[in-house]
Amino acid sequence: MTQPMAMAQGDHAGLLRFLTCGSVDDGKSTLIGRLLYESRLLHTDQLDALAADSRRHGTRGAELDFALLVDGLAAEREQGITIDVAYRFFATERRRFIVADTPGHEQYTRNMVTGASTADAAVILLDARKGLLDQTYRHTNLVALLGIRQVALAVNKLDLIGYSREAFERISAQYREFAAGLGITEVACIPVSAVEGTNVVARSERTPWYEGESLLEWLETARPRDGSPTAPARLLVQWVNRPDDTFRGFSGRVLGGTLHRGDRVRVQPGEQESVVERIVTMDGELPAAPAGSSVTVVLAGELDVSRGSVLAAGPPVEVADAFRAHLVWLDEQEMLPGRRYLAKFGARTVGFTAERPRHRIDVRTQAELPARTLRAGEIGVAHVRIDEPVAYQPYHQDRDLGSFIVLDPLNNRTVGAGMIDFALRRSANLRWQAVTVDKQARTARNGHRPCVVWFTGLSGAGKSTIADLVERRLHGLGAHTFLLDGDNIRHGLNSDLGFTEADRVENIRRIAEVSALMVQAGLIVLVSFISPFRAERALARGLVEPGEFCEVYVGTPLETAQRRDPKGLYAKARRGELVNFTGIDSPYEPPTDPELRLDTTQGTPEQAAEEVLGALRELGVLGTDRTTPGNTY
Amino acid sequence: MLSYLDRLEADSIDIFREAVAESERPVLLYSIGKDSSVLLHLARKAFYPSLPPFPLLHVDTTWKFREMIAFRDETARRLGLELIVHRNPEGLAKGINPFDHGSARHTDLWKTQGLRQAMEHNRFDLAFGGARRDEEASRAKERVFSFRTAQHRWDPKDQRPELWRLYNTRIGPGESIRVFPLSNWTELDVWRYIERERIPIVPLYFAAERPVVERDGVLIMVDDDRMPLAEGEVPQRRLVRFRTLGCYPLTGAVPSQARTVPEIVAEMRTATTSERQGRVIDRDQSGSMERKKQEGYF
Repeated sequence: MTQPMAMAQGDHAGLLRFLTCGSVDDGKSTLIGRLLYESRLLHTDQLDALAADSRRHGTRGAELDFALLVDGLAAEREQGITIDVAYRFFATERRRFIVADTPGHEQYTRNMVTGASTADAAVILLDARKGLLDQTYRHTNLVALLGIRQVALAVNKLDLIGYSREAFERISAQYREFAAGLGITEVACIPVSAVEGTNVVARSERTPWYEGESLLEWLETARPRDGSPTAPARLLVQWVNRPDDTFRGFSGRVLGGTLHRGDRVRVQPGEQESVVERIVTMDGELPAAPAGSSVTVVLAGELDVSRGSVLAAGPPVEVADAFRAHLVWLDEQEMLPGRRYLAKFGARTVGFTAERPRHRIDVRTQAELPARTLRAGEIGVAHVRIDEPVAYQPYHQDRDLGSFIVLDPLNNRTVGAGMIDFALRRSANLRWQAVTVDKQARTARNGHRPCVVWFTGLSGAGKSTIADLVERRLHGLGAHTFLLDGDNIRHGLNSDLGFTEADRVENIRRIAEVSALMVQAGLIVLVSFISPFRAERALARGLVEPGEFCEVYVGTPLETAQRRDPKGLYAKARRGELVNFTGIDSPYEPPTDPELRLDTTQGTPEQAAEEVLGALRELGVLGTDRTTPGNTY
Repeated sequence: MLSYLDRLEADSIDIFREAVAESERPVLLYSIGKDSSVLLHLARKAFYPSLPPFPLLHVDTTWKFREMIAFRDETARRLGLELIVHRNPEGLAKGINPFDHGSARHTDLWKTQGLRQAMEHNRFDLAFGGARRDEEASRAKERVFSFRTAQHRWDPKDQRPELWRLYNTRIGPGESIRVFPLSNWTELDVWRYIERERIPIVPLYFAAERPVVERDGVLIMVDDDRMPLAEGEVPQRRLVRFRTLGCYPLTGAVPSQARTVPEIVAEMRTATTSERQGRVIDRDQSGSMERKKQEGYF
């Protein structure tokens, strides 16, 4: 048995981070509470509080309810479940532990992923009476995906089935087979009763047939996932350190292996090379900095190094801007392929889009299922693209350089987590052909600037009518135009798309790309689409230069549009014959800051068209002379 | 190989740098205690040879131990750092104190509201704090980068997932982030680090003869003449020290012989009570810390 405040206080004691996961009611909190209690790391006032809480909220009658040690949030006590990952600390004579206790509730998968991302090992609990459940498969899958290779399966509540050896061995065999298929090479199945303390800290008399380690013994011998001392070192630059003109250092964390003074490093992304002149810390300069240390490095010569650069000693790391990646979706709002998100790789945040998933992974069978999108808690594989190349390593080689998070730029939520499998192409191969006939040359010939005029509004608002009038006026002025209209595009280019939210996003993404190409061609492109989502319109705007996008909000109250109902669609939607119809059962997000707002309840379509022309003059697309497009530069 | 403390240190430095690189107006909430002292030491290491690129903010209650205030001013002077002291004007106007108004109201007005005022007045968008996950049950659930709404609220049911070492620092207008570089440190780690790095701390942590009265089983030090004594209550000089520091009327002392950091570490190993036990505010009722956090308390 361990002593109070047991050893492992030695500065050189090892550290193991592990997570516990399992379904609701499997007894995770009880198990951790028991580990803390048995390690005698609870103070008397905590024990007093536990005893009081056990009487008030407990489920064990007069006994201590260890789960209450861990379920700290009042809301959990009301619901009797763990709703968020909690971090706990304990120590034995051999080691220090950080435990991430993660909830088993389906909708809180994201918290489990959080705990798993920093863990060295995992303890998965199940209820011996129920055997392997979907949650067990799901958690094992996530654990494997996040690169954890050491798993203990705690077969809990064995006391409730009379410590049946046969049941335990059946569950163990099933689990080992499943885990092996995921590449989890080290599985320990342990018969446990958290409530009775069986095989938690020490091996128990109650299971004489079990010859393996107790759970705590297993944890004491599991291996931390440290960097290898012989691996090449990489410094991830977080901050450029310039106290004055005489010092320019790069502050960041050493990954992989040990960085030495005198090491030759390459600054990536990029081709520059230099030498580590000094490794600076407040405690003096170091000859070498091992993996995991946070230091400041001074390089020889003047180099272009910024936050997000990677200084690679030894072989360079890879650089790319398109990957195949495993994605875990974390947000209630499903992933929308083609939508513009942000992603953070190391110390760099870049624009990010994912294609439609190549497949989704069935967590129970490992089957690859077709998927148009990913919903909260789903795992899939997709091709992803980012705005600028980043230095990376495949995730299975390097957790730090192979992982990324996906953020929604509109609400700033963390919506996904990703792991890089491999690059789709080397960025070096991706160079735009330098063309001599460029946009400027076309502008000079056309006598007007190119522009996307983007009409957005409800069905029946009058977008097409106004766009058509605008095109006629422009044509009369000698401008080069093209009209893209929702209906005719959906018959051809987008005939494979329906009206689900994901398809609507893809529909607009394609239109945006086509418009951007037409702008390259020097045209004034008139786009008339409902385009209900702000994010997609922002994407379209982002594909062209400032001043080349004119958003026209054709504002019409829903009642007016329904009354007009030129195509009879509202009537159909109300009869339930059309689903996902904007304004009826699908949202419309009006622009917050369009170049032009039209109110079609006032005035004529011709007057509205003139207003659009006025806006184009203000943008400098057309000259201010009313008879010719005019030379604009 | 890095020792355990080296790893904790490197992780904390990493967090400091990440937060500063991605915020406009960071600030360090300096509460003068041992955790703040460690936090400040780590901040200096993170940016050396630059000075930490942010001011210190002390949200004062006018009821701190006198030795804390002296130590605070001396520390800012010694390290050449900007110190902002904020006292809630409403607290000053109404003379809010723990004796007449109770610990809950005292804490809410001076600390919770005071912090909100200071954050808004200085338009800080990121604040470093010394909270540790091992302190209290609701803190065990905290993220390292903890999002606060424009109303300063913390929603434990809707926290941002926090994976690997990739922190989401994006916020909208008026919103802010609290950052806790000591999240994974324990009380003992803090003491061992103070010992190893020889970090200066307020002398109240060391045992000395101090005038105390015993109330509801808690030893309260009579730090100045504002403390009302009950009929027949006479302060006794006893050899005591403090495991945690706050407002003197709300902070219990413990009998102790430990006059040096190694002696404190040795004492801790045999300790049977947790460090927040001397905090009168935590014991209002179970779950109170969680509620205070939701209201914007640190």
